[in-house]
Amino acid sequence: MLRRIVFTATLAIVCAAQAQVTSERLLDATSEPQNWLTYSGSYASQRYSALTQIRPSNVDELELKWAFQAQSLESFETTPLVVDGVMYLTEAPNTAVALDAKTGRLYWRYQYNPTADARPCCGRVNRGLALLGHTLFMATIDAKLIAIDAITGQPLWQKTVADAAAGYAMTLAPLVVKDKVIIGVAGGEYGIRGFIAAHDAATGDEVWRFYTIPAPGETGHETWAGGGDAWQHGGASVWVTGSYDPKLDLTYWGIGNPGPDWNPTQRPGDNLYSDSVVALDPDTGQLKWHFQFTPNDDYDYDSVQVPVLVDLPTASASSGKLMLWGNRNGFFYVLDRVTGEFIRGRPFVKVNWASGLDESGRPLETPQPLGSVTFPGVQGGTNWYSPSFSPSTGLFYLSAWENYGSVFRPAESEYLAGRTFVGGIPASPLAGTNNVPGIRRGAINNWTEALGNGAVIALDPRTGQQRWRFPTTDVSSSGILTTATDLLFTASRDGYVYALDARTGALLWRASPGGQGANGPISYAVDGTQYVAVSSGNGLYVFGLRD
Amino acid sequence: MAALLVAAARAAAQAPHAGQYEQADIELGAQLYAGHCVVCHGERGDAMPGANLGSGKFRHAEVDRDVTALIRAGIPGTAMAPSAYTDTELGALVAYLRNMGSVNLSAVKLGDAARGRALFVGKGNCASCHRVGAEGPRAAPDLSSIGAMRTPATLQRALLDPNDALLPTNRPVRAVLRDGRVVTGRRLNEDTFTVQILDANERLVSLERADIREYTVSTQATMPSYATSLNDDERADLVAYLLSLKGPN
Repeated sequence: MLRRIVFTATLAIVCAAQAQVTSERLLDATSEPQNWLTYSGSYASQRYSALTQIRPSNVDELELKWAFQAQSLESFETTPLVVDGVMYLTEAPNTAVALDAKTGRLYWRYQYNPTADARPCCGRVNRGLALLGHTLFMATIDAKLIAIDAITGQPLWQKTVADAAAGYAMTLAPLVVKDKVIIGVAGGEYGIRGFIAAHDAATGDEVWRFYTIPAPGETGHETWAGGGDAWQHGGASVWVTGSYDPKLDLTYWGIGNPGPDWNPTQRPGDNLYSDSVVALDPDTGQLKWHFQFTPNDDYDYDSVQVPVLVDLPTASASSGKLMLWGNRNGFFYVLDRVTGEFIRGRPFVKVNWASGLDESGRPLETPQPLGSVTFPGVQGGTNWYSPSFSPSTGLFYLSAWENYGSVFRPAESEYLAGRTFVGGIPASPLAGTNNVPGIRRGAINNWTEALGNGAVIALDPRTGQQRWRFPTTDVSSSGILTTATDLLFTASRDGYVYALDARTGALLWRASPGGQGANGPISYAVDGTQYVAVSSGNGLYVFGLRD
Repeated sequence: MAALLVAAARAAAQAPHAGQYEQADIELGAQLYAGHCVVCHGERGDAMPGANLGSGKFRHAEVDRDVTALIRAGIPGTAMAPSAYTDTELGALVAYLRNMGSVNLSAVKLGDAARGRALFVGKGNCASCHRVGAEGPRAAPDLSSIGAMRTPATLQRALLDPNDALLPTNRPVRAVLRDGRVVTGRRLNEDTFTVQILDANERLVSLERADIREYTVSTQATMPSYATSLNDDERADLVAYLLSLKGPN
């Protein structure tokens, strides 16, 4: 009898342990393609699935398996995590949900109510969770970091990361590296001083903090010339999840715009590390290298895009360890991720704010006369929409906003704590139209060829050249997923979800859930069935092959 | 440490209808409320947005007759469904609703929370099923925030009569699948075609009803009563400890 009890107890422990997402599992996430363990699918952030059940030859047999309707009417930007048949996602602003990944039925729902101090600039949104062991981590719009038991949905600890009343917010999915939870703060339109921080996953205590604007005496502080306190209110926020290279032991994060956004004369100098990528030691937060895409930014060209890590031994970087970056400023960059050295870069959309890049990757700026149109416009050639890299095709894919421009009109802004601090308002080149389209699109399309168009584009990192493009009437806020069967899944603002041939860009399948796509699509499998999950409007739509 | 007595009734003068209702009616109303209304409206009557029952004032009803009619008819277009209470029960419910914010139905002795914690992990054996913070199993409901969700009287009642305190949504279930496997655990969610369970191995399990041969929902709590295994002082300590559990920050 005693032996039987011991056996039962051991079995229980083994079963419980199966669901643990250890840091080792996170390192090797691509070896379990049935799961989606981090925001971008793996530390390399390629948003690529090795699953092969859905193929070009049968993709037209996809059908809706289930949909999850959020209680919130905010933009649905969360990338779900999937672990052994359980899906974890967030509803805006800060509700965590666990559901059965096969049926979409809920296990639990934990609703955190942000304080009234929360003032995210551009929507009360959230992009997802991180997971370690049995604990989920959620960053909130009132700048709290909350740990949640993944099995019961009960909060375990809660830490105040920054002062929400001063404009600090968090909208990103955290990144777990080893035993730490790495996050960054939004608030670039409120005169914050941005930072990236690591918290102990067990206790929530902050372990290190890297300010994205150097303090007096620190290297780079001189790039905030002009005296005064420009550096203290210079923005440089962090609102999209970074990446991690375990072999180099470096974590990479994209940094947002300097503030005030559109009036660079209030902050002379390059404004490091705004509009940069930084490589940090994940144990200490120490800066190893940085590369700045847009010095002294005039246009709100946040560089918060997901750093995509790729190994291409034939590339010109000595190590072949590359970082691919389709930047909001309209240039596609290939960097050496060991050193941060610039390898190549070229525009992927119409660009006139710079005529090109010099040999170090610095833009050759060509500011347009006051009142004329600058390309790309204020929302950029792309933005936070997750790109994808397919090791199978060797191509890099992103959602591009083509032929899209803005008229920038800088104005002096006074910093007042907790108030917007943006330095003017960009205008549409076309009277009567809105140049800064809302995060949510209207029911009737008001985006026409007069303002530009969207496109899914495929870029060759070996040359920087475009290999194909799939044009769309409306621009897109959706991320991209590629699969080992050379399929590409994405969504659009005009209500479609579709699959393209990743080699040619040919349209292979589409569905019409009818809402705006705003998250990064993922793929996973349960009990041998492959699914593709993508947001549309206020819900998540999950497709699989016909039974 | 001297035990603290929570007064049976406090600030009666603040309640416009106090004294107007029989204590027996209030008690019956409290039982009915705990059996039905509490699921949506919560212990303190404030769980539904826009309806604070604990205030004794109601948006859709002024006099008692209105309250009675509302409970009977429900509110169309909302989750407030029609009901079939007797007149006696309706009167009792109104009596309780009018007083729930100002009257505590039972004198609950609160002891020492530190001693209560020792009982929780020791003699009471509560920690063998319940989880607090990051410690303990998940078989029974997580109690990390229970002090923010339950009144002293409810906690005491749960210790004395766990079956009475067991919410229908939390009932233990047992499913025998067509392939012979048996899944036992705590019900989390269910619908016409599926059931979601936190199973005995602490796994989140979703079952298709079509795959289930036999499905049993128990009204018997797996938790034992502490009416005799703990004395009054020990229960008072335990209630004090449970009340101290307010969740993180």
